Amino acid sequence: MKKKKIILSLIAIILFFSLLFILNSVFNSHQTRILRLCGIYVVLALSLNLINGFTGQFSLGTAGFMAIGAYTSAILTMPPAQKASAYYLEPIVPWLADIEMSFLPALIIAGLISALIGFIVAAPVLRLRDDYLAIATLGFSEIIRVVITNLQNITNGSLGLKGLPNYTNVWWSWGVAVVCIIFMALLINSSYGRALKAIREDEIAAEAMGINLFRNKLFAFTVSSFMAGVGGALLGHLMGTIDPLMFRFTLTYNILLIVVVGGIGSITGSVISGVIVTVAMEALRIVDGNIDLGFMVIKGIPGMRMVIFSILLMVIILFFRRGIMGTNEFSWKWILESKLFKKRKEVA
Amino acid sequence: MEIKEFLQHLVNGISLGSLYALLAIGYTLVYGILRLINFAHGDIFMISTYAGFYLMSSAILPWWIAFLLAIILTCILGILVEKAAYRPLRDAPRISLLISSIGMSYLIENLAIVFFGGRPKTFPIPAIFDRIITIGSVKIPTLSFIIPVITIIILAILLHIVHNTKTGMAMRAVSTDYEAARLMAIDVNKIITFTFAVGSTLAAVGGIMWGMKYPSLIPLMGVMPGIKCFIAAVVGGIGNIRGAVLGGFILGLGEIMLVAFMPALSGYRDAFAFILLIFILLAKPTGLMGKNLAEKV
Repeated sequence: MKKKKIILSLIAIILFFSLLFILNSVFNSHQTRILRLCGIYVVLALSLNLINGFTGQFSLGTAGFMAIGAYTSAILTMPPAQKASAYYLEPIVPWLADIEMSFLPALIIAGLISALIGFIVAAPVLRLRDDYLAIATLGFSEIIRVVITNLQNITNGSLGLKGLPNYTNVWWSWGVAVVCIIFMALLINSSYGRALKAIREDEIAAEAMGINLFRNKLFAFTVSSFMAGVGGALLGHLMGTIDPLMFRFTLTYNILLIVVVGGIGSITGSVISGVIVTVAMEALRIVDGNIDLGFMVIKGIPGMRMVIFSILLMVIILFFRRGIMGTNEFSWKWILESKLFKKRKEVA
Repeated sequence: MEIKEFLQHLVNGISLGSLYALLAIGYTLVYGILRLINFAHGDIFMISTYAGFYLMSSAILPWWIAFLLAIILTCILGILVEKAAYRPLRDAPRISLLISSIGMSYLIENLAIVFFGGRPKTFPIPAIFDRIITIGSVKIPTLSFIIPVITIIILAILLHIVHNTKTGMAMRAVSTDYEAARLMAIDVNKIITFTFAVGSTLAAVGGIMWGMKYPSLIPLMGVMPGIKCFIAAVVGGIGNIRGAVLGGFILGLGEIMLVAFMPALSGYRDAFAFILLIFILLAKPTGLMGKNLAEKV
């Protein structure tokens, strides 16, 4: 059975990448951009879900860690000549001026630095619970943004960085997403994952069973920061431009929306809703512009899209609290034992 | 620094602190009863400023009627937010309630962007508040006196309500023990509605005075003061009205003095509150005036 599952998963991954290949060649540039965005949001949603959904620690710091990742990777990959012209208010510090590396090491370093900051932040913050934790992580994410705005000679301050190399193609974005999905699936079904879920269900009981609360929370928070950093770096190289205002807490709210829609505590849910919400957000752009119905033109209202999204978030949290998947996961067992296959066996 | 300059900063800090205090009380009241960070509180504050702006710029109403109407509208909004977003989740896990409040805040902000537009608007200040008093060589706007005075008056009324009336007693009962209060035949929902009404009214008073002191209005203006004032409430001891006021003043004075004494750090002004929060939570998690609660195991 286990071998069968692995083979099925491998086939699914190969099929998925073939599908991506087809989509990538069929879609126009705007559509592939959305496709790339989907992969990034899946990574980010998984990052937030790991700490909020699986460990039960309500953190709102994602945007801050994304900012660290995006800036690290941007500074590491930009050509020195471009840096010299971008930092016109104050020149970049000498030890960063001549660095230029390829995307993969930059991405990994971005994740590591983000994880390191996450580790440092987590030590004091994880002593808090629930809403205190939420406000403290939100606070740290804002502090990170304030620091980035003020470190003129490292981050170029509020001017932001423009003309980032456009590395995030479909393969990078979905490649990272698939690695993250596999990693999360393995993690959640390992003893570490079970410890995290035990903490979510009942901290005191978990502690009584010999689970080190602090160490496990720290582990989840650090891994989550790593993923957020990588996601932020991917986003930066997709957008081509980053500035501190991009990483406001509203970005965290968007990712929270994805997690809530998918189901808090479900990998499958995060993946499905990461794709659905991203596509829907793009599709709803028509609401912001004028809609031509042929016989009449409905005047678009800029910003209406976000109103619809916040209403969606409210409706889901008020009436469908479980989201798409609840805490259920996709599994081969579920597919193989579903009615469809059983019937076929009976016929045979 | 000259004494004159210092006095100016002091007055400035006190009036900012008063505004923070008014907003922090709303957080502390709601947290005391529902154990919820009402993320939408900062946005209710923002709406009050815009309501004041639109009613004032219609120029039909005298300023005091316009302000009164703005306060009443905001109060109604606060009650509606509670009814729509928090009441259906009374028995839900706290995380759902928290997400609901984030969603509500996001919704109000986005609606504000659609209806009020993203461009900053200038709050029209009634001539009566727009004067400058000169004491010796120190020039102080009248507003800097009016704000603390109004805050103190409102605080006195609020403390009277909470400590000397039946409704106030019921509020304290609900915040001490929700279930027991219900068993004592207190209509908990009514008390919660009343709490939101009081909190929103204070936010509206604060919002209008904020509009006169810092007259540039944008739809996201409520977010930062909102988060900072929750921090002020935590610093003072959440659930404690006097604590919220103390926290508000510490934060207001601290911010102004940070910028005054260390101009190099003025870019980090917004980070001050969060650093204060983290120190307080590590050193005295119950806040300066909070009661020590033993953690149940």
